[in-house]
Amino acid sequence: MTETKSSNPGAAEVWITGIGLATSLGEGLDANWEALNARRINVDEKGFAPYVVHPWAPVNLDTQIPKKGDQRQMEAWQRIGTYAAGLALESAGVKGNKEILGRMDMIVAAGGGERDLAVDCNILNLEAKGNSAPGFLNERLMNDLRPTLFLAQLSNLLAGNIAIVHGVTGSSRTFMGEEAAGVDAARIALARIAAGQSDIALIGGSQNGERKDLLVLYEFGDFNLRDKFAPVWARRENAGFALGSAGAFLVIESKAHAQARGVKPYARLTNVVADLAYRKHPGEVTATLEKLWSKLGKLADKGAIITGATGAEPATSEERAFLGEHPEFAVRATGTMFGHTMETQFPLGLGLAALSISRGALFPANDPTGLEVEMSKPPTQIVVIGAGHWRGEGMALVEAIK
Amino acid sequence: MTATRDKFGRPIVVVTGMGVVTSLGSGQADNWKKLTAGESGIRTITRFPTEGLKTTMAGAIDFVPVEPFSSTDLSERLADIATEEAIAQSAIGSKGDFPGPLFLAVAPVEVEWPQRLELGRAVGATVDYDGMLRVSGGGRFTQYHRRFLFGSVADHLAETFGTKGSPISLSTACASGASAIQLGVEAIRRGEADAALCVATDGSVNPEALVRFSLLSALSTQNEPPQAAVRPFSKNRDGFVMAEGAGALVLESYEAATARGAKILGIVAGCGELADSFHRTRSSPDGKPIIGCVRNALSDAGIDSDQIDYINAHGTGTPENDKMEYLGISTVFGERTRQVPVSSNKSMVGHTLSAAGAVEAVFSLLTLEHQRIPPTINYDVPDPAIPFDVVPNTARDARVTAVMSNSFGFGGQNAVLILTREPL
Repeated sequence: MTETKSSNPGAAEVWITGIGLATSLGEGLDANWEALNARRINVDEKGFAPYVVHPWAPVNLDTQIPKKGDQRQMEAWQRIGTYAAGLALESAGVKGNKEILGRMDMIVAAGGGERDLAVDCNILNLEAKGNSAPGFLNERLMNDLRPTLFLAQLSNLLAGNIAIVHGVTGSSRTFMGEEAAGVDAARIALARIAAGQSDIALIGGSQNGERKDLLVLYEFGDFNLRDKFAPVWARRENAGFALGSAGAFLVIESKAHAQARGVKPYARLTNVVADLAYRKHPGEVTATLEKLWSKLGKLADKGAIITGATGAEPATSEERAFLGEHPEFAVRATGTMFGHTMETQFPLGLGLAALSISRGALFPANDPTGLEVEMSKPPTQIVVIGAGHWRGEGMALVEAIK
Repeated sequence: MTATRDKFGRPIVVVTGMGVVTSLGSGQADNWKKLTAGESGIRTITRFPTEGLKTTMAGAIDFVPVEPFSSTDLSERLADIATEEAIAQSAIGSKGDFPGPLFLAVAPVEVEWPQRLELGRAVGATVDYDGMLRVSGGGRFTQYHRRFLFGSVADHLAETFGTKGSPISLSTACASGASAIQLGVEAIRRGEADAALCVATDGSVNPEALVRFSLLSALSTQNEPPQAAVRPFSKNRDGFVMAEGAGALVLESYEAATARGAKILGIVAGCGELADSFHRTRSSPDGKPIIGCVRNALSDAGIDSDQIDYINAHGTGTPENDKMEYLGISTVFGERTRQVPVSSNKSMVGHTLSAAGAVEAVFSLLTLEHQRIPPTINYDVPDPAIPFDVVPNTARDARVTAVMSNSFGFGGQNAVLILTREPL
């Protein structure tokens, strides 16, 4: 296995010029920043008990998705993502700019939409009562499924809705594959801009964590956090992730493109690297993260790390071992504050890194184990880490623009 | 030809291996023979009961056994078969050690009905999702976590064929196969890789997938005889027919391929994409996104529409698609529209959905190799509003140097590839 090569050295510099966050902590950069600084966490231990989830903070959808008809055509994950994408475009100052949106590239990291739980349960109960005639399932599905539900479930329809609602139409690509999809969305968009294949791109993802069908998938592997919330680093005795709800999008563009339109950047996206360890033997995640770290570029001492560590094992312990090799870095685990938003966790980490750099401070630690330490000086380099709960490792370097 | 870069100074991207499996059969040889004989792979569905369905036929692949069945397992098997053929033909790397990244077009993965029913039975009594959650954990169904992760098929392929780096699973709906190829082309042009494995697969013929498309009124209901159901560009067309399949292409830089003495099967000269913001399932009535996409592909290849001498159409056979595809092509091709042969492989293999763009790229390259254009079958009642030369019902020998292959999908997805025999 060889790590995926990063973009050409000496290629175009890429800036993060827009950030859109709509999370369990609130909408917009100020609300999220304030919640982080107040160490506020929005967690629900009861609604899906014994499973712990982070519910989405309600917003006025009309402000980013003005047509009710569009809202009705989407399931929650698409509304969350379309909303956050609108915030990112607004933050970059390109909302409604048809000339730019018409050539803006888009890479969305997506899962799929929620099922109609009532339809599923009805079928399962009828089947349990002996309804097993040929065609029984067909008949129920033909009669009970809403025709438009399919479009609310289809992975590429988050991007489709962003195109419809916000007019981003340069290109539309959807990556799937859990956490790694979010890493690769950033990696490919950066590589394309750096190589001159693209000038500006919208990247990101969204998840609604309040979903029993999603909990079922992860429960198959015993990955869900049960009973009681604890910060990511304090889950050794009770491992797992609490599904989070968030939309996180970024606008990234070449420095030249950003300067030509006179926009102020949040930070530079210097590098994104990724790999796939097969995780057959203990230590592979630790070794892979170490290898990716060495490919990021020159790192000054005493920087910061924002990680999407999930709390699931053994990946979290392997990542902790990697972090232990770099004790001079101040670490923040987004899983503690936002829960695990799967495909969205890496874009969320990139957004928070760029935000921290632009605000001249890393948000405070939130960790009783002492792994996360305070950072007094303004961060100039933040490494974003995304190691998947099952597969996929990625890393990015976000830097201040001097 | 000694130049290894195109007129824009980018590395030329060549194809050195191809693999394909469709409802017509497994492998290039079998597929090409049947495709040029005008055979249909569409049959009455036998995989599951069809009582209560409006559409009872599909291009299902039943000659690849998967037990117990899941669409994701079948997708994985089909991808394996196509990839093995492509890598064997290319003779690149060594067994289990492909020297480049993987780009996989795959249908969105989800827990399917056989597994859900199994879970329901495990709950007993009254089934609800809380009950299902109670029985899901504890190791009894661990294999379903591994199976139904979105990245599971790509992970399997990466491990089996030893591709490098983080494998990408992607969906651009029915344009996915073309997008996988485009990602590979871009990686090679950036100089990130000398080779890329681009695979697209779909094994989606299951009751719920069929019902979903049926509820959107997208499928043909001309069930008898099934072979006559797909009627692209015909006046009596009434929808597409779901089908399964996989296509795989080994892409390499011209420089790397020639350096190792590989046989070059064709060139991916250009890729174009453009999204449509009009509607979730319908194209903008003015055709602008499709027109723009075709122009983007031509411009990426650095050629004029005059140089295209065959169009491998998206040609699904839905009333909407075929009309819009005509509008798009005729706007760009102008007076030449009636002279350029335009045929639909889907008339024979059905619509392989996520796989279609790659399956049809393979067929386009075989068209270039054999200088023979596969027909559009079931063309008995021409649609006067679509005056294409559809190569009706019978294959045709022709001089073909550059092919345009179109892919369009739900969610406003448009992708177009330009494939040539020789570097431009």
